[in-house]
Amino acid sequence: MNTSSSPIDFLPILFMFLVALGFVITTMIASHWLGPKRKTKIKLDSFECGIESEGNARLPFAIKYFLVAILFVLFDIEVIFMYPWAVNFKELGLLGVIEVFSFIALLLVGFYYMLSKKALKWEE
Amino acid sequence: MAKEIIKRTKLEIAKSPEGLEGPGFFATKLEDVVGLARKNSLWPLPFATSCCGIEFMATMASHYDLGRFGSERLSFSPRQADMLMVMGTIAKKMGPILRQVYEQMAEPRWVLSVGACASSGGIFDTYSVLQGIDKIIPVDVYVPGCPPRPEQILEGVLKIQEMCQNESFRRRESEEYKNMLNSYGIE
Repeated sequence: MNTSSSPIDFLPILFMFLVALGFVITTMIASHWLGPKRKTKIKLDSFECGIESEGNARLPFAIKYFLVAILFVLFDIEVIFMYPWAVNFKELGLLGVIEVFSFIALLLVGFYYMLSKKALKWEE
Repeated sequence: MAKEIIKRTKLEIAKSPEGLEGPGFFATKLEDVVGLARKNSLWPLPFATSCCGIEFMATMASHYDLGRFGSERLSFSPRQADMLMVMGTIAKKMGPILRQVYEQMAEPRWVLSVGACASSGGIFDTYSVLQGIDKIIPVDVYVPGCPPRPEQILEGVLKIQEMCQNESFRRRESEEYKNMLNSYGIE
């Protein structure tokens, strides 16, 4: 039995790739070409649940919203990490306690920085 | 093998259109193939404003399962939708919104008006309710009922599928169609 193979034996695979690629490209072009289109101003407008859009979406807004949201996400994640720790509390033992506390300590540094920057003070 | 499975599960497969058949090839009209594809892959855009919407939920759920007819993919953006299903009372304030949604749908588009309110205003013959959505957008199929049963909604969808299959390729380009849209004030 001849077990050796030359690169030419893999030519069908190349053909298969070409056919697969060709099929995708042809269908995309054909559907664009065949499909009916109607381009009006209203149609090309941005879709906002059927309500006419007013002004530009890129408006300046108070950074406080963004700040509070991001900080929430940050400490939210911290709490999420505590759940698997709580489930595996006994198996992880003292090492787990040290690791999680160091993680919390790192985030507490951030929390201290946040307070010192007065990120949660709305009136100022 | 495939035929056996179809026989055992009573699966119904879409019939292939008429054409020239031979060993290893099949030739037919493009219009028929496109019609077949459109018919069996309608993407609905639900515009449910009241109780007919509840019936629509039943239609989509497992018991009646609109997915059996190739319409399980709901589109909540008009960009990828083929069939606008208006279900429920359309107040006059909602009118322009419905119209905007219709106008932003991709071509070709069909409209199914479900229930008495969407079709004619129903019992709400008042100053605030639009007396039928065909006052602002063209409607293809009306489903009567207050509210209609899911079977009736399915029947309406099947009627739209029939229209998709038999629609001429050039209908949307024709003067007649353009005049019809213009009569609604839609470009």
